Amino acid sequence: MSEVATVPTTRDEDWRYADGDYLAAAGAEALARWRTIEVAPGETERNCEVRLSGPEASGFVDRLRVHVGKGGRYEHFATIAAGRYARIEIEVTLDEGAHFEFGGVTLGGGDKRQEFVTRTIHAAPNCTSNQVVRAVHWGRSVGNFLGRIEIPQHSQKVDAAQNFRAILLEKGASANAKPELEIFADDVKAAHGAAIGALDDRAAFYMASRGIPPEVARKLLVRAFVADAFDSVEDDATRDDLVERTLAQLDEAAV
Amino acid sequence: MLKIDNLTAEVDGKPILKGLALEVGAGEVHAIMGPNGAGKSTLSYVLGGRPGYEVTGGSVKLAGVDLLELEPHERASLGLFLGFQYPVEIPGVSFVQFLREAVNAQRKARGEEAYSGGEFLKVAKEKAGLLRLDMDMLKRPVNVGFSGGEKKRAEMVQMGILDPKFAVLDETDSGLDIDALRVVGQGINEIMREPGKGVLLITHYQRLLEYVQPDKVHVLADGRIVKSGGPELAQRLEDEGYEAVTA
Ligand SMILES: Nc1ncnc2c1ncn2[C@@H]1O[C@H](COP(=O)(O)OP(=O)(O)OP(=O)(O)O)[C@@H](O)[C@H]1O
Ligand SMILES: [Mg+2]
Repeated sequence: MSEVATVPTTRDEDWRYADGDYLAAAGAEALARWRTIEVAPGETERNCEVRLSGPEASGFVDRLRVHVGKGGRYEHFATIAAGRYARIEIEVTLDEGAHFEFGGVTLGGGDKRQEFVTRTIHAAPNCTSNQVVRAVHWGRSVGNFLGRIEIPQHSQKVDAAQNFRAILLEKGASANAKPELEIFADDVKAAHGAAIGALDDRAAFYMASRGIPPEVARKLLVRAFVADAFDSVEDDATRDDLVERTLAQLDEAAV
Repeated sequence: MLKIDNLTAEVDGKPILKGLALEVGAGEVHAIMGPNGAGKSTLSYVLGGRPGYEVTGGSVKLAGVDLLELEPHERASLGLFLGFQYPVEIPGVSFVQFLREAVNAQRKARGEEAYSGGEFLKVAKEKAGLLRLDMDMLKRPVNVGFSGGEKKRAEMVQMGILDPKFAVLDETDSGLDIDALRVVGQGINEIMREPGKGVLLITHYQRLLEYVQPDKVHVLADGRIVKSGGPELAQRLEDEGYEAVTA
């Protein structure tokens, strides 16, 4: 994630699944811009966002750099169901005992290309992170999750978990997972998993056999699937709101 | 009420049903027995319209309606219920939510008014009670973590709530303990023993048939009905085995 003012291209590892045309048009300066958040020791900060835009919009690249002080907590929950190319990138540095909680959903059809890119630097002992990303795609759209986890040698007792699952509703859609673990400490837990598949057709038929029409069945199954990403949202109303607003985007899918 | 004529069907290009004929009258219960791999579950899936089970010939009518023309969910709204040999687990979707969607989708399709939350819960409680299934279990995700027997009882609770005209019950008895078998047997009678209803009971054992007495027993082997008889046929099969009886 270099900040040299050259335009990144899909030859760069961190931009390998990006939309090259978008990057070229956006230009080096815009793409090198980072927002920053500082979470004071012992404090908690949370961001929830559902990013939508019409089919014409070209999209966005959002880069966020977060530093979490000792014993602090940063939570970020996001849905991207936006323009042709949309990327949310989060770089988090965790001090001792700090925690990063991330839940993300990419959802889309047409030619949309949506991605989450995270880099979690466990800079001190006892810090923890948990990331859950779900992708639902149809048409020829693509959902990506690039998650780098860094645990330097002195950061013992770190617990870092990452989980990515994608459901492709149509044949032309695709998903990419690129977990990257750079672990140099020996007493750590780092779990990661990725699975890409279709909607469970056994469950869909079971629902149909009870009279549930296919579009309703699909919605119930997708709701259950994306809800995983927002499981750790503490407030029920906030969580339901995130799920419902995410799900509303499914209605545009003429599958 | 259910009329199957010369039905042929294949799975992955492999013929499984090979000219099956069967007629179940209104108010009747018929049992189907037969060796493993004979095509019993395939028949239930074909009746339900499961994708991948391709009908290559013949006809199926339920209450005079051509079943094969309908989508799976439309068959359910018409009054067909499948009790699954292996009920499917659906993580993240609660039974209550699932069944409320189901019953209201069916009611809507039939032009009836949807159940309110209260009305639905009343019916669900009543049917869960009938099958002695703890109502709390219906708050859990569909079949997730249920024991084999609990899944089968939950199938019957679903049948009770959906109140179908015709039920195809695929080995609903397997996996049930002795007491549960009686409860399920009584449940089937309570829900389905009515003049305008019919049941096709797929089973390997005579035991369930002691509680739910069939009007007819059929032997399905190699994709066809090879023998039919009265309730006494079930006992003969249990005593002598398929080979001897169908030879
Ligand atoms: N997807 C499939 N591809 C190929 N063959 C299949 C497929 N599904 C089922 N079959 C075959 O169809 C035949 C009938 O299977 P079915 O499940 O209907 O049997 P069954 O009579 O219900 O047996 P059981 O008593 O063991 O439940 C079997 O030989 C089975 O292997
Ligand atoms: Mg079977």
